[in-house]
Amino acid sequence: MTRATIRMLSPADIRDPTPDPRPTLRPRSPFCQAVGLGLAALARVLAGASVRWIASQPDTCQRVYFANHTSHLDALVIWASLPRAIRDVTRPVAAKDYWSRGVVRRWLAQEVFDAILIDRTDIKVHQSPVDIMLREAGTACSLIVFPEGSRSVTGEVGEFKSGLYYLAKKRPEIELVPVHIDNLNRVLPRGEFLPVPLLSCISFGPPLWLERGEAKLDFLARARRAVLALKE
Amino acid sequence: MTDNRTIALVAGVLTLLTAATAVGQFLRRHPDRGLDLAAIRTFNSRLRGWWILCTVLAAAFWLGTTATVVLFGLVSFWALREFITLTPTRKGDHRALFWVFIAFTPAHYVLVGLNRYDIFSVFLPVYATLFVLARVAFAGDYKRFLERTAKIQAGLVVCVYCVSFAPALLQLKLPGAEGPGSNFRLLFFLILLVQFADCMQYVWSRMLGHRLVAPTVSSNRTWEGLLGSCTSTALLAAALWWAAPPFQLWQATLAGFVVAAMGFAGGMTMSAIKRDRGVKDYGTLVVGHGGVLDRIDSMCFAAPVFYHITLLVTGIKP
Repeated sequence: MTRATIRMLSPADIRDPTPDPRPTLRPRSPFCQAVGLGLAALARVLAGASVRWIASQPDTCQRVYFANHTSHLDALVIWASLPRAIRDVTRPVAAKDYWSRGVVRRWLAQEVFDAILIDRTDIKVHQSPVDIMLREAGTACSLIVFPEGSRSVTGEVGEFKSGLYYLAKKRPEIELVPVHIDNLNRVLPRGEFLPVPLLSCISFGPPLWLERGEAKLDFLARARRAVLALKE
Repeated sequence: MTDNRTIALVAGVLTLLTAATAVGQFLRRHPDRGLDLAAIRTFNSRLRGWWILCTVLAAAFWLGTTATVVLFGLVSFWALREFITLTPTRKGDHRALFWVFIAFTPAHYVLVGLNRYDIFSVFLPVYATLFVLARVAFAGDYKRFLERTAKIQAGLVVCVYCVSFAPALLQLKLPGAEGPGSNFRLLFFLILLVQFADCMQYVWSRMLGHRLVAPTVSSNRTWEGLLGSCTSTALLAAALWWAAPPFQLWQATLAGFVVAAMGFAGGMTMSAIKRDRGVKDYGTLVVGHGGVLDRIDSMCFAAPVFYHITLLVTGIKP
Protein backbone atom coordinates (compact mmCIF):
# COMPACT_ATOMS: atom_id res chain seq x y z
CA MET A 1 0.00 0.00 0.00
CA THR A 2 2.60 2.52 1.09
CA ARG A 3 4.96 1.24 -1.54
CA ALA A 4 2.48 2.00 -4.27
CA THR A 5 2.06 5.50 -2.93
CA ILE A 6 5.75 6.15 -3.04
CA ARG A 7 6.06 4.85 -6.58
CA MET A 8 3.44 7.24 -7.72
CA LEU A 9 5.47 10.24 -6.51
CA SER A 10 8.04 11.60 -8.90
CA PRO A 11 11.50 12.52 -7.53
CA ALA A 12 10.70 16.19 -7.95
CA ASP A 13 7.84 15.86 -5.49
CA ILE A 14 10.00 14.27 -2.82
CA ARG A 15 12.96 16.62 -3.07
CA ASP A 16 12.84 19.96 -1.34
CA PRO A 17 12.06 22.49 -4.08
CA THR A 18 14.36 25.17 -2.60
CA PRO A 19 17.90 25.13 -4.05
CA ASP A 20 20.80 23.81 -2.05
CA PRO A 21 21.73 26.67 0.28
CA ARG A 22 25.46 25.87 0.03
CA PRO A 23 26.06 25.39 -3.68
CA THR A 24 29.66 26.57 -3.74
CA LEU A 25 30.92 24.57 -0.78
CA ARG A 26 32.82 21.47 -1.68
CA PRO A 27 32.14 18.54 0.63
CA ARG A 28 35.20 17.99 2.81
CA SER A 29 36.45 14.55 3.68
CA PRO A 30 35.98 13.43 7.31
CA PHE A 31 39.76 13.57 7.76
CA CYS A 32 39.92 17.21 6.64
CA GLN A 33 36.97 18.04 8.89
CA ALA A 34 38.75 16.43 11.83
CA VAL A 35 41.94 18.36 11.06
CA GLY A 36 39.86 21.52 10.85
CA LEU A 37 38.23 20.89 14.21
CA GLY A 38 41.61 20.06 15.78
CA LEU A 39 43.26 23.17 14.37
CA ALA A 40 40.38 25.37 15.48
CA ALA A 41 40.67 24.01 19.01
CA LEU A 42 44.45 24.34 18.98
CA ALA A 43 44.27 27.92 17.71
CA ARG A 44 41.78 28.89 20.39
CA VAL A 45 43.88 27.32 23.15
CA LEU A 46 47.21 28.60 21.87
CA ALA A 47 46.04 32.14 21.22
CA GLY A 48 43.93 32.12 24.41
CA ALA A 49 41.26 33.83 22.37
CA SER A 50 38.29 35.25 24.19
CA VAL A 51 35.49 35.99 21.76
CA ARG A 52 33.09 38.91 22.18
CA TRP A 53 30.05 39.72 20.08
CA ILE A 54 29.37 43.41 20.67
CA ALA A 55 25.87 44.50 19.57
CA SER A 56 26.06 41.62 17.13
CA GLN A 57 25.02 37.98 16.91
CA PRO A 58 26.56 34.97 15.21
CA ASP A 59 24.50 34.08 12.14
CA THR A 60 24.84 31.81 9.10
CA CYS A 61 23.56 34.50 6.71
CA GLN A 62 26.01 35.67 4.07
CA ARG A 63 28.53 38.05 5.57
CA VAL A 64 31.93 39.55 5.00
CA TYR A 65 34.02 39.64 8.17
CA PHE A 66 36.65 42.34 7.79
CA ALA A 67 39.43 42.65 10.34
CA ASN A 68 42.69 44.38 11.13
CA HIS A 69 45.65 42.27 10.06
CA THR A 70 48.40 41.69 12.62
CA SER A 71 49.64 38.12 12.33
CA HIS A 72 49.62 35.00 10.18
CA LEU A 73 47.30 33.50 12.77
CA ASP A 74 44.56 36.10 12.16
CA ALA A 75 42.45 34.21 9.63
CA LEU A 76 42.78 30.93 11.51
CA VAL A 77 41.80 32.44 14.85
CA ILE A 78 38.81 34.38 13.46
CA TRP A 79 37.69 31.21 11.67
CA ALA A 80 38.14 29.23 14.90
CA SER A 81 36.23 31.85 16.91
CA LEU A 82 33.09 31.37 14.85
CA PRO A 83 30.56 28.73 15.97
CA ARG A 84 30.98 25.53 13.99
CA ALA A 85 27.86 25.88 11.85
CA ILE A 86 29.04 29.32 10.71
CA ARG A 87 32.63 28.16 10.28
CA ASP A 88 31.40 25.57 7.78
CA VAL A 89 30.05 28.29 5.48
CA THR A 90 32.89 30.77 6.00
CA ARG A 91 35.92 30.95 3.72
CA PRO A 92 39.01 32.99 4.53
CA VAL A 93 40.48 35.10 1.76
CA ALA A 94 44.25 34.67 1.84
CA ALA A 95 47.36 35.63 -0.06
CA LYS A 96 48.32 33.11 -2.73
CA ASP A 97 52.04 33.88 -2.45
CA TYR A 98 52.05 32.73 1.20
CA TRP A 99 49.44 29.98 1.27
CA SER A 100 50.39 28.08 -1.88
CA ARG A 101 54.03 27.72 -0.86
CA GLY A 102 54.82 24.22 0.35
CA VAL A 103 52.67 21.10 0.32
CA VAL A 104 51.28 21.41 3.86
CA ARG A 105 50.23 25.03 3.57
CA ARG A 106 48.59 24.46 0.20
CA TRP A 107 46.74 21.43 1.51
CA LEU A 108 45.59 23.32 4.61
CA ALA A 109 44.41 26.30 2.56
CA GLN A 110 42.61 24.24 -0.07
CA GLU A 111 41.25 21.24 1.77
CA VAL A 112 40.86 22.27 5.40
CA PHE A 113 40.04 25.98 5.40
CA ASP A 114 38.67 26.01 1.85
CA ALA A 115 40.39 29.37 1.49
CA ILE A 116 40.03 31.66 -1.51
CA LEU A 117 43.58 32.42 -2.60
CA ILE A 118 44.24 35.81 -4.13
CA ASP A 119 47.30 36.57 -6.20
CA ARG A 120 48.65 39.82 -4.79
CA THR A 121 51.47 40.13 -7.30
CA ASP A 122 49.61 39.61 -10.55
CA ILE A 123 46.27 41.42 -10.51
CA LYS A 124 44.44 41.27 -13.82
CA VAL A 125 41.87 43.79 -14.93
CA HIS A 126 39.27 41.30 -16.10
CA GLN A 127 39.88 39.00 -13.13
CA SER A 128 39.99 41.38 -10.17
CA PRO A 129 40.31 39.95 -6.64
CA VAL A 130 36.83 41.22 -5.80
CA ASP A 131 35.34 39.32 -8.75
CA ILE A 132 37.13 36.15 -7.71
CA MET A 133 35.93 36.51 -4.11
CA LEU A 134 32.31 37.09 -5.14
CA ARG A 135 32.35 34.26 -7.64
CA GLU A 136 33.79 31.87 -5.07
CA ALA A 137 31.45 33.05 -2.33
CA GLY A 138 28.35 32.48 -4.45
CA THR A 139 25.14 33.31 -2.66
CA ALA A 140 25.77 31.46 0.59
CA CYS A 141 29.40 31.65 1.70
CA SER A 142 30.70 34.21 4.13
CA LEU A 143 34.20 35.61 3.71
CA ILE A 144 36.99 36.68 6.03
CA VAL A 145 38.98 39.56 4.54
CA PHE A 146 41.75 41.87 5.71
CA PRO A 147 41.23 45.20 3.97
CA GLU A 148 44.65 46.52 4.96
CA GLY A 149 46.08 44.08 2.43
CA SER A 150 49.08 43.03 4.50
CA ARG A 151 50.07 42.69 8.13
CA SER A 152 50.65 45.91 10.00
CA VAL A 153 54.24 46.50 11.06
CA THR A 154 53.63 48.85 13.96
CA GLY A 155 50.50 47.25 15.37
CA GLU A 156 48.42 50.28 14.31
CA VAL A 157 45.48 49.70 11.97
CA GLY A 158 46.50 50.98 8.54
CA GLU A 159 44.36 52.55 5.81
CA PHE A 160 41.89 50.18 4.14
CA LYS A 161 42.32 49.27 0.49
CA SER A 162 39.37 49.76 -1.80
CA GLY A 163 38.42 46.06 -2.22
CA LEU A 164 35.91 46.21 0.61
CA TYR A 165 34.15 49.12 -1.09
CA TYR A 166 33.82 47.27 -4.39
CA LEU A 167 32.60 44.16 -2.58
CA ALA A 168 29.91 46.23 -0.90
CA LYS A 169 29.04 48.00 -4.13
CA LYS A 170 28.61 44.82 -6.16
CA ARG A 171 26.71 42.95 -3.46
CA PRO A 172 25.06 45.66 -1.33
CA GLU A 173 22.86 43.18 0.55
CA ILE A 174 25.76 41.29 2.19
CA GLU A 175 26.33 42.16 5.86
CA LEU A 176 29.77 43.62 6.49
CA VAL A 177 30.84 42.66 10.02
CA PRO A 178 33.81 44.52 11.55
CA VAL A 179 36.20 42.36 13.59
CA HIS A 180 38.94 43.62 15.86
CA ILE A 181 41.88 41.39 16.69
CA ASP A 182 43.78 42.30 19.83
CA ASN A 183 47.19 41.00 20.92
CA LEU A 184 47.64 38.33 18.22
CA ASN A 185 50.61 40.26 16.88
CA ARG A 186 52.36 39.43 20.16
CA VAL A 187 51.40 35.77 19.94
CA LEU A 188 53.03 35.47 16.52
CA PRO A 189 54.71 38.69 15.33
CA ARG A 190 55.84 39.35 11.77
CA GLY A 191 58.95 37.38 10.98
CA GLU A 192 58.60 34.82 13.80
CA PHE A 193 57.49 31.24 13.37
CA LEU A 194 57.13 30.05 16.98
CA PRO A 195 54.07 31.37 18.84
CA VAL A 196 54.09 32.57 22.45
CA PRO A 197 50.83 31.45 24.12
CA LEU A 198 49.56 34.82 25.35
CA LEU A 199 45.89 35.78 25.58
CA SER A 200 44.14 37.51 22.71
CA CYS A 201 40.71 38.98 22.16
CA ILE A 202 38.51 38.76 19.06
CA SER A 203 35.63 41.25 18.96
CA PHE A 204 32.81 41.08 16.44
CA GLY A 205 30.87 44.31 15.94
CA PRO A 206 27.46 45.24 14.50
CA PRO A 207 27.14 44.80 10.70
CA LEU A 208 27.30 47.77 8.39
CA TRP A 209 26.33 48.36 4.76
CA LEU A 210 27.33 50.75 2.02
CA GLU A 211 25.00 53.74 2.17
CA ARG A 212 23.39 54.88 -1.05
CA GLY A 213 25.72 57.35 -2.77
CA GLU A 214 28.41 57.04 -0.12
CA ALA A 215 31.81 58.00 -1.49
CA LYS A 216 34.56 55.39 -1.55
CA LEU A 217 36.91 57.12 0.87
CA ASP A 218 34.11 57.97 3.29
CA PHE A 219 32.96 54.38 3.34
CA LEU A 220 36.47 52.99 3.84
CA ALA A 221 37.13 55.45 6.68
CA ARG A 222 33.82 54.50 8.30
CA ALA A 223 34.63 50.79 8.02
CA ARG A 224 38.07 51.38 9.56
CA ARG A 225 36.52 53.36 12.41
CA ALA A 226 34.07 50.49 13.01
CA VAL A 227 37.03 48.13 13.53
CA LEU A 228 38.86 50.60 15.77
CA ALA A 229 35.71 51.22 17.82
CA LEU A 230 35.78 47.57 18.94
CA LYS A 231 39.13 48.17 20.60
CA GLU A 232 37.20 50.04 23.34
CA MET B 1 43.92 9.30 52.72
CA THR B 2 41.12 7.79 54.73
CA ASP B 3 42.38 8.68 58.18
CA ASN B 4 40.09 10.27 60.72
CA ARG B 5 41.57 13.77 60.59
CA THR B 6 41.13 13.99 56.81
CA ILE B 7 37.53 12.84 57.11
CA ALA B 8 36.93 15.40 59.87
CA LEU B 9 38.45 18.17 57.76
CA VAL B 10 36.48 17.26 54.63
CA ALA B 11 33.26 16.93 56.60
CA GLY B 12 33.88 20.28 58.32
CA VAL B 13 34.52 22.08 55.04
CA LEU B 14 31.48 20.52 53.39
CA THR B 15 29.26 21.48 56.32
CA LEU B 16 30.54 25.07 56.30
CA LEU B 17 30.12 25.45 52.54
CA THR B 18 26.64 23.94 52.59
CA ALA B 19 25.58 26.18 55.47
CA ALA B 20 27.04 29.27 53.79
CA THR B 21 25.33 28.37 50.50
CA ALA B 22 22.00 27.94 52.29
CA VAL B 23 22.39 31.35 53.94
CA GLY B 24 23.44 32.95 50.63
CA GLN B 25 20.45 31.51 48.78
CA PHE B 26 18.10 32.53 51.60
CA LEU B 27 19.38 36.11 51.46
CA ARG B 28 19.05 36.14 47.67
CA ARG B 29 15.41 35.00 47.82
CA HIS B 30 14.53 37.51 50.57
CA PRO B 31 15.99 40.80 49.37
CA ASP B 32 13.91 42.85 51.82
CA ARG B 33 16.19 42.39 54.83
CA GLY B 34 17.92 45.71 54.42
CA LEU B 35 21.20 44.10 53.43
CA ASP B 36 23.47 45.34 50.69
CA LEU B 37 22.39 43.49 47.51
CA ALA B 38 25.78 43.88 45.84
CA ALA B 39 27.46 42.35 48.89
CA ILE B 40 25.10 39.37 48.76
CA ARG B 41 25.83 38.89 45.08
CA THR B 42 29.59 39.05 45.76
CA PHE B 43 29.17 36.57 48.60
CA ASN B 44 27.24 34.12 46.41
CA SER B 45 29.69 34.33 43.51
CA ARG B 46 32.58 33.84 45.93
CA LEU B 47 30.84 30.77 47.30
CA ARG B 48 30.39 29.39 43.81
CA GLY B 49 34.12 29.92 43.29
CA TRP B 50 34.87 27.97 46.48
CA TRP B 51 32.68 25.06 45.45
CA ILE B 52 34.54 24.88 42.14
CA LEU B 53 37.89 25.23 43.92
CA CYS B 54 37.07 22.49 46.43
CA THR B 55 35.78 20.14 43.73
CA VAL B 56 38.86 20.60 41.55
CA LEU B 57 41.18 20.21 44.55
CA ALA B 58 39.35 17.11 45.76
CA ALA B 59 39.65 15.56 42.30
CA ALA B 60 43.37 16.39 42.10
CA PHE B 61 44.03 15.10 45.63
CA TRP B 62 42.15 11.92 44.86
CA LEU B 63 44.23 11.38 41.70
CA GLY B 64 47.45 11.84 43.68
CA THR B 65 50.57 13.96 43.98
CA THR B 66 51.44 14.05 40.28
CA ALA B 67 47.95 15.19 39.28
CA THR B 68 48.09 17.96 41.88
CA VAL B 69 51.50 19.15 40.66
CA VAL B 70 50.16 19.18 37.09
CA LEU B 71 47.08 21.12 38.20
CA PHE B 72 49.22 23.79 39.88
CA GLY B 73 51.47 23.82 36.81
CA LEU B 74 48.48 24.63 34.60
CA VAL B 75 47.37 27.35 37.00
CA SER B 76 50.87 28.86 36.91
CA PHE B 77 50.98 28.68 33.13
CA TRP B 78 47.66 30.47 32.83
CA ALA B 79 48.61 33.10 35.41
CA LEU B 80 51.85 33.79 33.55
CA ARG B 81 49.89 34.21 30.30
CA GLU B 82 47.72 36.81 31.99
CA PHE B 83 50.74 38.52 33.53
CA ILE B 84 52.72 38.80 30.29
CA THR B 85 49.62 39.68 28.26
CA LEU B 86 49.08 42.74 30.43
CA THR B 87 52.76 43.67 30.47
CA PRO B 88 53.97 45.47 27.39
CA THR B 89 56.84 43.56 25.79
CA ARG B 90 58.73 44.29 22.59
CA LYS B 91 59.40 42.13 19.61
CA GLY B 92 62.93 41.54 20.86
CA ASP B 93 61.48 39.62 23.83
CA HIS B 94 59.60 37.14 21.67
CA ARG B 95 62.14 34.32 21.58
CA ALA B 96 62.95 34.67 25.28
CA LEU B 97 59.24 34.52 26.10
CA PHE B 98 58.79 31.47 23.91
CA TRP B 99 61.37 29.51 25.92
CA VAL B 100 60.03 30.85 29.21
CA PHE B 101 56.58 29.46 28.39
CA ILE B 102 57.51 26.29 26.56
CA ALA B 103 60.62 25.16 28.42
CA PHE B 104 61.27 26.87 31.75
CA THR B 105 57.77 26.76 33.23
CA PRO B 106 57.11 23.06 32.47
CA ALA B 107 60.68 22.09 33.42
CA HIS B 108 60.30 23.78 36.79
CA TYR B 109 57.15 21.82 37.55
CA VAL B 110 58.83 18.60 36.44
CA LEU B 111 61.56 19.31 39.00
CA VAL B 112 58.92 20.00 41.64
CA GLY B 113 57.24 16.72 40.74
CA LEU B 114 60.56 14.90 41.04
CA ASN B 115 61.11 16.52 44.44
CA ARG B 116 64.45 18.04 43.41
CA TYR B 117 64.41 20.93 45.88
CA ASP B 118 68.17 21.39 45.37
CA ILE B 119 67.58 22.30 41.70
CA PHE B 120 64.10 23.79 41.59
CA SER B 121 64.89 26.30 44.34
CA VAL B 122 67.45 27.97 42.06
CA PHE B 123 66.24 26.97 38.60
CA LEU B 124 63.98 29.95 37.89
CA PRO B 125 65.56 32.65 40.09
CA VAL B 126 69.06 32.00 38.75
CA TYR B 127 69.11 30.05 35.51
CA ALA B 128 65.94 31.42 33.94
CA THR B 129 67.06 34.95 34.84
CA LEU B 130 70.45 34.45 33.20
CA PHE B 131 68.79 32.94 30.14
CA VAL B 132 66.26 35.77 29.77
CA LEU B 133 68.95 38.45 30.13
CA ALA B 134 71.20 36.80 27.57
CA ARG B 135 68.44 35.90 25.09
CA VAL B 136 67.05 39.43 25.04
CA ALA B 137 70.57 40.79 24.57
CA PHE B 138 71.19 38.36 21.69
CA ALA B 139 67.96 39.56 20.06
CA GLY B 140 69.67 42.92 19.66
CA ASP B 141 67.05 45.28 21.06
CA TYR B 142 68.63 47.23 23.93
CA LYS B 143 65.82 49.73 24.47
CA ARG B 144 64.70 49.74 28.16
CA PHE B 145 66.61 46.47 28.52
CA LEU B 146 66.54 46.14 32.32
CA GLU B 147 62.89 47.12 32.53
CA ARG B 148 61.86 44.48 29.99
CA THR B 149 63.89 41.64 31.46
CA ALA B 150 62.72 42.57 34.96
CA LYS B 151 59.09 42.24 33.84
CA ILE B 152 59.62 38.72 32.53
CA GLN B 153 61.57 37.83 35.64
CA ALA B 154 58.88 39.19 37.97
CA GLY B 155 56.22 37.24 36.08
CA LEU B 156 58.18 34.01 36.37
CA VAL B 157 58.90 34.40 40.07
CA VAL B 158 55.39 35.45 41.09
CA CYS B 159 53.30 33.23 38.82
CA VAL B 160 55.45 30.12 38.57
CA TYR B 161 58.16 29.94 41.21
CA CYS B 162 56.13 31.08 44.21
CA VAL B 163 52.98 29.14 43.33
CA SER B 164 54.97 25.92 42.93
CA PHE B 165 55.79 25.88 46.64
CA ALA B 166 52.18 24.92 47.31
CA PRO B 167 52.34 21.52 45.53
CA ALA B 168 55.91 21.13 46.81
CA LEU B 169 54.35 20.72 50.27
CA LEU B 170 53.15 17.32 49.09
CA GLN B 171 56.74 16.11 48.79
CA LEU B 172 57.81 16.89 52.36
CA LYS B 173 58.55 13.95 54.62
CA LEU B 174 56.50 14.96 57.61
CA PRO B 175 57.47 13.54 61.00
CA GLY B 176 54.87 11.20 62.43
CA ALA B 177 52.82 11.29 59.26
CA GLU B 178 49.81 9.00 59.14
CA GLY B 179 49.96 8.08 55.47
CA PRO B 180 49.89 10.36 52.42
CA GLY B 181 46.79 12.15 53.69
CA SER B 182 48.93 14.31 55.99
CA ASN B 183 50.60 16.19 53.13
CA PHE B 184 47.33 16.83 51.37
CA ARG B 185 45.90 18.14 54.64
CA LEU B 186 48.88 20.49 54.99
CA LEU B 187 48.32 21.85 51.46
CA PHE B 188 44.59 22.19 52.08
CA PHE B 189 45.36 23.96 55.37
CA LEU B 190 47.40 26.54 53.43
CA ILE B 191 44.71 27.04 50.76
CA LEU B 192 42.02 27.36 53.42
CA LEU B 193 44.03 29.95 55.38
CA VAL B 194 44.76 31.98 52.25
CA GLN B 195 41.11 32.02 51.17
CA PHE B 196 39.92 32.79 54.67
CA ALA B 197 42.45 35.62 55.05
CA ASP B 198 41.26 37.16 51.77
CA CYS B 199 37.70 37.01 52.96
CA MET B 200 38.45 38.40 56.42
CA GLN B 201 40.47 41.24 54.93
CA TYR B 202 37.38 42.23 52.94
CA VAL B 203 35.03 41.85 55.91
CA TRP B 204 37.19 43.78 58.39
CA SER B 205 37.94 46.53 55.86
CA ARG B 206 34.21 46.92 55.18
CA MET B 207 33.25 46.89 58.87
CA LEU B 208 35.96 48.90 60.58
CA GLY B 209 38.24 50.16 57.82
CA HIS B 210 39.32 53.79 58.09
CA ARG B 211 43.00 54.07 57.32
CA LEU B 212 43.83 53.02 53.77
CA VAL B 213 47.27 51.47 53.42
CA ALA B 214 47.92 53.10 50.05
CA PRO B 215 44.92 54.89 48.56
CA THR B 216 46.64 55.26 45.20
CA VAL B 217 47.07 51.51 44.88
CA SER B 218 43.96 50.01 46.43
CA SER B 219 40.82 51.80 47.56
CA ASN B 220 39.59 49.03 49.87
CA ARG B 221 42.65 47.60 51.63
CA THR B 222 42.99 49.14 55.09
CA TRP B 223 45.31 48.69 58.07
CA GLU B 224 42.29 47.52 60.07
CA GLY B 225 41.61 44.92 57.38
CA LEU B 226 45.21 43.72 57.55
CA LEU B 227 45.24 43.46 61.35
CA GLY B 228 41.78 41.88 61.50
CA SER B 229 42.63 39.41 58.78
CA CYS B 230 45.91 38.40 60.50
CA THR B 231 44.18 37.93 63.85
CA SER B 232 41.17 36.01 62.56
CA THR B 233 43.31 33.81 60.34
CA ALA B 234 45.63 33.06 63.25
CA LEU B 235 42.56 32.09 65.32
CA LEU B 236 41.24 29.83 62.56
CA ALA B 237 44.67 28.23 62.21
CA ALA B 238 44.74 27.65 65.96
CA ALA B 239 41.28 26.09 65.84
CA LEU B 240 42.35 23.80 63.00
CA TRP B 241 45.88 23.04 64.20
CA TRP B 242 44.99 19.34 64.57
CA ALA B 243 44.45 19.13 60.83
CA ALA B 244 47.96 20.36 59.92
CA PRO B 245 50.23 17.45 60.77
CA PRO B 246 53.67 18.86 61.63
CA PHE B 247 52.50 21.86 63.65
CA GLN B 248 52.03 22.40 67.34
CA LEU B 249 49.37 24.86 68.40
CA TRP B 250 51.64 27.95 68.50
CA GLN B 251 53.28 27.02 65.22
CA ALA B 252 49.93 26.72 63.43
CA THR B 253 48.87 30.07 64.89
CA LEU B 254 52.07 31.72 63.71
CA ALA B 255 51.64 30.19 60.25
CA GLY B 256 48.08 31.56 60.07
CA PHE B 257 49.24 35.05 61.04
CA VAL B 258 52.07 35.12 58.52
CA VAL B 259 49.97 33.61 55.70
CA ALA B 260 47.37 36.35 56.16
CA ALA B 261 50.03 39.09 56.15
CA MET B 262 51.70 37.66 53.03
CA GLY B 263 48.36 37.23 51.26
CA PHE B 264 47.59 40.88 51.94
CA ALA B 265 50.99 41.87 50.54
CA GLY B 266 50.30 39.78 47.41
CA GLY B 267 46.97 41.47 46.86
CA MET B 268 48.57 44.91 47.25
CA THR B 269 51.32 44.03 44.77
CA MET B 270 48.93 42.81 42.11
CA SER B 271 46.74 45.89 42.61
CA ALA B 272 49.78 48.08 42.03
CA ILE B 273 50.56 46.28 38.77
CA LYS B 274 46.92 46.44 37.67
CA ARG B 275 46.68 50.14 38.52
CA ASP B 276 49.80 50.82 36.49
CA ARG B 277 48.30 49.00 33.51
CA GLY B 278 44.89 50.63 34.04
CA VAL B 279 42.85 47.44 34.33
CA LYS B 280 40.61 46.04 37.01
CA ASP B 281 40.97 42.31 36.46
CA TYR B 282 43.58 40.14 34.83
CA GLY B 283 41.59 37.89 32.57
CA THR B 284 38.29 36.78 31.18
CA LEU B 285 38.37 33.06 31.85
CA VAL B 286 34.93 33.20 33.43
CA VAL B 287 33.03 36.39 32.64
CA GLY B 288 32.70 38.59 35.71
CA HIS B 289 35.09 36.53 37.81
CA GLY B 290 38.36 38.25 37.09
CA GLY B 291 41.30 36.18 36.00
CA VAL B 292 43.32 33.34 37.43
CA LEU B 293 45.91 35.80 38.69
CA ASP B 294 43.26 37.74 40.61
CA ARG B 295 42.38 34.50 42.36
CA ILE B 296 45.88 33.38 43.24
CA ASP B 297 47.61 36.68 44.05
CA SER B 298 47.53 35.96 47.79
CA MET B 299 48.62 32.36 47.23
CA CYS B 300 51.65 33.53 45.22
CA PHE B 301 53.03 35.38 48.21
CA ALA B 302 51.88 33.05 50.97
CA ALA B 303 52.99 29.69 49.53
CA PRO B 304 56.81 30.03 49.70
CA VAL B 305 56.70 31.56 53.18
CA PHE B 306 54.39 28.85 54.46
CA TYR B 307 56.68 26.21 52.94
CA HIS B 308 59.75 27.61 54.66
CA ILE B 309 57.95 28.11 57.97
CA THR B 310 57.06 24.42 57.81
CA LEU B 311 60.71 23.55 57.21
CA LEU B 312 61.94 25.85 59.97
CA VAL B 313 59.59 24.99 62.81
CA THR B 314 59.61 21.25 62.20
CA GLY B 315 63.27 20.91 61.25
CA ILE B 316 62.48 18.72 58.22
CA LYS B 317 65.00 18.59 55.41
CA PRO B 318 63.40 19.11 51.98
